[in-house]
This record gives sequence, structure tokens and C-alpha cells, in this order.
Amino acid sequence: MVKEQVVAAIDQGTTSTRCLLFNHAGRMVAVSQLEHRQHYPKPGWVEHDVMEIWRNVEKIVPAALREAGLTPDNLAALGIANQRETTVIWNRNTGRPLARAITWQDTRTEPLVEELAAAGKADLIRDICGMPPTTYFAGPRLRWLLDHIPGAREAAERGDVLFGTMESWLIWQLTGGPAGGSHVTDVTNASRTMLMDIRDLRWDERLLRVLDIPRAMLPEIRPNATVYGSCSTVVPGVPIGGALGDQHAALFGQTCFRPGEAKCTYGTGAFLLMNTGARLATSPHGLIPTIGYVVGNGPPVYALEGSIAVTGSLVQWFRDSLELIDTAPQIETLATSVSDNGGCYIVPAFSGLYAPRWHPDARGVVVGLTSYVTKGHLARAVLEATGWQTREVVDAMNADAPPGLALTRLKVDGGMTANHLLMQFVADVIDVPVERPFVMEAVSLGAAYAAGLAVGYWADLAVLRSNWHRAGLWEPKMDPNHRVVEHDNWNRAVERTYDWVRPT
Amino acid sequence: MPGRIQSIERAVAVLRLLDTADQPLELHEIADTLGLARTTTHGIVTTLRELGLVGQIHDHGPLHGRYEVAEAARLFGRGGPDPHELRSLAMNWADSLAAQTGLAVTLGVPTRSDVLVVHHVFRPDGTPQQLAVGQRRPLHASALGKALLAFASSGVRRLQGTELTPYTKRTIRTHQELTDALAAVRQEGFATEDGELEPDRGAVAAPVQGPGGLAVAAVAAIGRRDELFDRRGQTQPDLVEPLRHTARALSREVRRLW
Repeated sequence: MVKEQVVAAIDQGTTSTRCLLFNHAGRMVAVSQLEHRQHYPKPGWVEHDVMEIWRNVEKIVPAALREAGLTPDNLAALGIANQRETTVIWNRNTGRPLARAITWQDTRTEPLVEELAAAGKADLIRDICGMPPTTYFAGPRLRWLLDHIPGAREAAERGDVLFGTMESWLIWQLTGGPAGGSHVTDVTNASRTMLMDIRDLRWDERLLRVLDIPRAMLPEIRPNATVYGSCSTVVPGVPIGGALGDQHAALFGQTCFRPGEAKCTYGTGAFLLMNTGARLATSPHGLIPTIGYVVGNGPPVYALEGSIAVTGSLVQWFRDSLELIDTAPQIETLATSVSDNGGCYIVPAFSGLYAPRWHPDARGVVVGLTSYVTKGHLARAVLEATGWQTREVVDAMNADAPPGLALTRLKVDGGMTANHLLMQFVADVIDVPVERPFVMEAVSLGAAYAAGLAVGYWADLAVLRSNWHRAGLWEPKMDPNHRVVEHDNWNRAVERTYDWVRPT
Repeated sequence: MPGRIQSIERAVAVLRLLDTADQPLELHEIADTLGLARTTTHGIVTTLRELGLVGQIHDHGPLHGRYEVAEAARLFGRGGPDPHELRSLAMNWADSLAAQTGLAVTLGVPTRSDVLVVHHVFRPDGTPQQLAVGQRRPLHASALGKALLAFASSGVRRLQGTELTPYTKRTIRTHQELTDALAAVRQEGFATEDGELEPDRGAVAAPVQGPGGLAVAAVAAIGRRDELFDRRGQTQPDLVEPLRHTARALSREVRRLW
């Protein structure tokens, strides 16, 4: 009997790490998950213990295999998708981190980023790595660690201390750690460090000088679908064939392989990425030009990324802070108790407005309140806020995408796709069909796809595309005149959020 | 966490059943609907009656001996799980059933007079399809409806006195036929719809059972008649097991939540 072969994906996320197994049809056959602690040592600081995360990986991969009744012999390859921009430094001789990882939510590098801008480095940085300096990215975090962890800089210059984002850390551990582990990163994670030239996909000496980062501590940059090495522990002998940042993995898992194809992952926030093909877009509207993916020795496929800070987290606020619902799905029940928003709009500018509006001094508003408005109308306004914010990112994307590319459908994934009222509203306001695939785990599927491609488990992108099946479709139904009126109302609501925080 | 006490779950299920029934029920109707032994059911009903939560009719009329919920216990009958919570917890399972069977999958919840479709997964073949979420299905002529009648309510009694609308030549038309069909559903554990709502289409549905065995929803696989049934009208065996597996998994999730 032929041994059943599957591909494992490790999804190293913000709150948990999961291992999912996928078969040849792209169907999930097992999942195992462990959460890790969030450390908040100071306001604005968020850290993860990367040893805890590594120990979780050592447990979840065997657990997923057990659940499926399989052994490591059944694994054709392993791929990794990870929270992006989370920064680790560790000692290559002991295998121990020098500090907890600084996560992507952490804002401690704000002064450093302002300094870079004040020193006139913003244009240089944008020209080389495709984006202006912000606290998002890993490079300034690495610099902070080198400045604040005693002995780190000297050890890094000697080559004893290594830098990596989460996929680097995990690949290094899986391939042997101190005993010859591969120190590599993938091109999508590297593109979020602010240290890589987005055109030639190499570490850029000018950027390293600007941030004062020792070259010796950086991992080698590799394509997304390529064999990084073989596991020497956990599942010995299994090739690691793929690694991508989580949002790039979702683009890949949703098989957005043609220019113009786009996906949006709806979680606590939302991330919309559009494939722009061989062309690197510039974005006057403040979206982020980024690497979509690189397969083997092929050319880079670029993407435009727009993010929405507050989507699912607005529903959580409605549940936990206003206590108007007991569980998140109940918002749809409450919202369908009324037929429209009753003239009420909620703009969740909880910590300012980002792309494409860029008003950090804005704060959230609820407008249009009358004695007619009920909690049902508020529930509608909560969901509509996600719809209109999606519309703003889509408008910016259509404006900034290379000529000839415009969004004609949107593939969605993530927990909020369970909300039909929301998905219909998104289709209504962006005025293109919204579709949901069978596998909601697009991030993990993307990592598995990259790994499987690298080892020939899947022959090519066409095979992956044929695995994509539509499980649900929402066609735009809103009357165009009504859409214009509502869009205008939303815009007027957003204008009322501006300049709320007074300069100190 | 200590486990739930089964006898309390069953007692609550009996109260909910009596409260949602249109008429007082006989002991065997309660037992059959909830899948309980008659002696067990008798014990529960007698206890509830002594506690004043259930009444028994003593008028020597046609309903003599039947049970109804007492006014004091009426609140139990209200509501089931939130339909959108149900959809949220069903999504992965429904996707997986559709992928496995190659058929469309729907999830329905009972209303007073029909079934409301709360979730729909397309059949995974890329053919043009439209979401049926929000649509209604008749109780007597759909697999979802029959699964819910058999396991959630007092069966035909709920439809007695109403005309059974014929949708096709195969739709069940008489209350006796329906009573027999529902007995078969309880026996098999799943309900079929063989061209009874649309001539060439069919469905097979299984109940999602909450605490005490009371069905709170039903899950159905939908397709052409020839995909679901063989020439003798028997349900394809490779469909029944995945459907049952899905319904059991959903029942477990519902009991955890509700």
C-alpha cells in the first residue's frame, strides 16, 4: 500500500502556534494548537518568550500527526507562516535568546523612528525598501535590542548573536540549533525589516548603516518555496520547503497568482493584499508596496498591502466594553433585528486613522444619534464600519495599482467571513463579488502550498489553483444611488474624527 | 470541571419540548422524540409533575392523560442557540462535509411553522450557485424539516389540522404518511427528501441535538436525486456516515455552548 503523504504547516501567530496537516486536495486533515503568554512589561510593550514558542512547536507537530493517525514518514514537507515583524536575537552557541522577542504590536521604537525621519532618512528608506519608516517594522526593534541588551552589539559583531524574525528562529531550531542550524529568512519576512532592497532582494548596506546593524548577524534571504534544510529534530528528515509572513501566506493560500487578484483576511484587524505581478507599485495613498512571494528561482511577484486596524476588535469592544452582546456571532442577530443603520455611523479611529487617511490625531466617533436609534442600529453601524474601511483600502488600491489592474473580485478568509450580513455589505459597498473558499485557514494553507511546491508534492501553481473551490459568494446588490449617499455619510462621519487629540 | 448532570439535561429537554408543542403530548411521543426509554421518560415527567412544572390533562376528553408544561415553567421553552452562533461553530464542519461528499450543505433551525436556512456551503464543483441563507423550507417536504419534526417537536401533531402543501408528485400528502415517515426517521437517525420539494433534487439531513437530545438544528447534504439515492431509493451508504459524523460533532459543540 502506498503511504499516505501530507504536508504540515506551522502557523506561528500572535496568540498561539498551530500545526495543520493538509492532503493533496488541499483539505485539512488535522490541527493542533497551543497558546503562549503575552508579556506586557510597560505600556506599549508586548513581548513573547520564544523558548516557550519553540517548546510549543515541539509538541504541536507530533500532536497533529497523532490526531491524523500518521507518523513523520507521512510528511512530504513542512512549511511555516508567521506573525511578521516580531524580532528575536539569540546566541548561536547556546541556542538561548538574549531577551524576549519584541512583537509587531510593540510601539517602543517610536522615538527611534521619529529620529530617522528628523535626520532626513525617510526618503532614502522609502526608495530602497518601499516603505517609509514606521514602528511596524523589525529593523528598528533590532536596533533597540542592540542598544539596550548589554553585550548584544559586541557579540553580534563577533558573529555570536543572530537576528531573525519568527520563521528564522524556528527554522534554525528545527535544523539543529547550535549544532549547525540553518540561519535563513524568506523574502517576505525580510521585506518587513526595513533593511532589504525590495528590488534586488538583498540586505542593503546603506540601510544597515542608517540603523547601525552588524551584517554578520543577519540571516540569508531565500525564496518562499525552496528547500531551506531538513529537520534534525521534532520530525527528523522532513524537508522544510516553505516560509512566508502570514499575510503573504494567505495571498498564496488563496491562490491569488494573477496580477489584480486580491484577498482580504478578516480578523481583529484586516489585511488586504493585491497581486501586482512583476511590477512594484508606488503608493501615493499610503498603502505598502511589498513582496507577494517568490517561488524557487523565479522572479519576485509584488503586491500592494492595505491594512485596517480595527475590524473584529470593534465587535469585541461592542461585546466586552458595551456588553450589548454575549458572543461575537450574536452581533449579526442583533443587526438583523433592524433593516438599516437608522442614520447611525461608528468610526473606530481608536488610535488614529492610518492608510489611506493618515490622521494620527483622530479618535473614534458615533454620529447620527437620535431617539430613534436602538442597539440594533449600533450593531449595524459596527459591521458597516468594516465594510466602509474595506472600501477605502480598495479605492486606494485601485488608484495605486499599476495601470490596467483593478479589483474585480475579492477573496476573503478569517473568522469574520462567518458573518453573512457583513460579507454582503462588503460586496455591496466595494461593488464587486466577494467569495469565500472552502479552506478558511488560508494562512496555513499558503505555507503548506509553498512547502509542497518546493518538494514536488504539488507540481505547479495550476494544480494549487485547481484546489481552490468556492464555498460561498456574495454579489453586490445595493442600489448605486443608495451606495453614493451612504458613502457620503460615512465620509462625513470620518471627517468628524479628525484632530480630536490636541497637540501637547 | 464536573460533567453536566444528565437527568437535569433531560428534564429541561422535556420542558422545552412540551413548551414548543402545539398540543399536550402523550408519554410515548416525548420518549420517541428525545430518544429516551419510556420508563425513564415516565420518571422524569412524574417528578416534574409533582414539582408543579408539568401538568397532566384529566378531563376524560380526547387529550386525557397527556402532558403539558405548567405556567410556572414556561420560560424554559424560549429560544434555542443563537442561529449565528450555530453557523459560526458549524462552518468548519459544514465545509468539510461538503468537501468530502461533493455536495452542497445547509444548516436549518426550526421556527414555529417552517425551517429557516442559517448556513449554506456551495457544492465544491465551481458551478454557479446562490446562497440560500435566509430562505425557508417546509417542515413536511424537506429533509431539514423532517429531521427537526422527528427530533425536536411533537412530530405531525404540530402540523395537524394544517394542509400539507404538495410541491411535487412525491411530496407527503397525508398526516398518516408523515407519521410513518417520521417514525422511520427516528429509527434511522436521518431524514431523506427524495424529489419531494423539487422534482429532480433531494437531500439527506441529520439532527443536531442539544442537551437532553432535543434537536436545535439539522444539517443536510443536498444534490441531485441520483447522487443521493440508489435505484431502490436507498440512501447512498458513503453519504450517511459522513453526515452522521458531522451531526454528532455539531451536537457536541452545541452542548458545550448551550
